[in-house]
Amino acid sequence: MIALIDLGMGNLASVLAAFQRVGAEVRVTDRPEDTAAAAAVILPGVGTFGDGMACLRARGLLKPLLRHAAEGRPLLGICLGMQLLADLGEEHGKHRGLGILPGRVARLRPKSLDQRVPNMGWCDVHIRKKNGLFRDVAEGESFYFAHSYHLICDKDTDQAAVIDYGGEEITAAVERDNVFGLQFHPEKSQDAGLDVLSSVMDRILECTQIVSRG
Amino acid sequence: MLSKRIIPCLDVRDGKLTKGVRFKGNVDIGDPVETARMYYEQGADEIVFYDITASAEGRGIFLDVVEKVASTIFIPFSVGGGIGSVEDMRAVLLAGAEKVSVNSGAVKNPDIISQGAAAFGSQCVVLGMDVKRVEKSEAVPSGFEVVIHGGRKHMGLDALDWAKTGEALGAGEICLNSIDADGTKDGYDLELTRLISRKVRIPVIASGGAGNPGHMAEAFVKGGASAALIASIVHYGEYSIARIKQEISEQGVKMRMVW
Repeated sequence: MIALIDLGMGNLASVLAAFQRVGAEVRVTDRPEDTAAAAAVILPGVGTFGDGMACLRARGLLKPLLRHAAEGRPLLGICLGMQLLADLGEEHGKHRGLGILPGRVARLRPKSLDQRVPNMGWCDVHIRKKNGLFRDVAEGESFYFAHSYHLICDKDTDQAAVIDYGGEEITAAVERDNVFGLQFHPEKSQDAGLDVLSSVMDRILECTQIVSRG
Repeated sequence: MLSKRIIPCLDVRDGKLTKGVRFKGNVDIGDPVETARMYYEQGADEIVFYDITASAEGRGIFLDVVEKVASTIFIPFSVGGGIGSVEDMRAVLLAGAEKVSVNSGAVKNPDIISQGAAAFGSQCVVLGMDVKRVEKSEAVPSGFEVVIHGGRKHMGLDALDWAKTGEALGAGEICLNSIDADGTKDGYDLELTRLISRKVRIPVIASGGAGNPGHMAEAFVKGGASAALIASIVHYGEYSIARIKQEISEQGVKMRMVW
């Protein structure tokens, strides 16, 4: 079972519809036991970092998520869900994150009037890992972003893709073994987004085979 | 790099498009879901639905439309019209909209912006502003006044101040509609667009007056807008969104191309 975590912070219908479009069967849940039993977990999210962590804590999802990732089972964070994977969030004060992916989440700092916060709209994505989530996506393809904060990875090698924000490279996607994250909204990124979700399903399958062999 | 956005706006009443959408192909005229699908396939970057329904019954039908749109197109869309409370916002977001636009409801009760941003995040909250040129005065030093009810009611509120207030309250974007330019097809109000987009750091969508792709290019280059709202020039089949984006792109403005 693939669990789509409902943090109660927004609408999951479009995420669900997009996964269904690529033929994936996912179950919307906020129960710790479903997370513990899931072959793969998808953590979407909108809203603030602190609220996101509070929602995970209130639902008793912190431990099952950490165990899930530690056991090598696939975990995908989308938008805020990706940011929560980090060690630290600097949105409205400092908040501890899940600490699954080394890094911190900081506010976007625009340098010119051309750059806006939120960074909202379609950005060209530059692929850093070609054989993972972006295996079916052309270099420079556009995806839909809507965010005021960004994930700064401790290790550049965790970045699967980046965007150019006023000359600065910021994280568009992360990939490290069984842990995946997308800053953009694949469910709102037309065909390119659906292609990435297809690859997510492939990667989930590959990770699951590794776990069961392991 | 970020592309500039082209956003068609659809007016919906009782679940049907109010302005006829006339096309050469076999479009189911008047159906907002099919029209949204067509613009999606042509490369619209986002879609705005504006509900002008008055009755509670019509509102229910509209929410059904929003749900159908959400499972049909995989790009963001926003919903506006008649949003007066956080519960109204919640209803359209849960139906599948990415963003919700508040306009006169926010002028009457600005707290709806901060409450919406706290509950759903700033990226969900669009501040829609209808603006009219007036004599400069103490209350309206810029000469651009916020109006409601389609421009019939003046609020004694300066558009620049209101934009800044909306940003401070947590709006993630401003949809800036010029009542004077609306329907003229003579181009966006570039002075207004430039003033507002310099005043705030959130994205500004130019609205009102689009007659050709050159007008949109001007709104981006001279007005500093992040996006351009369009209506009749695509609804009546004069231009396809693909052609609009092609022409703007030829003027050196970055567009997302989907073909």
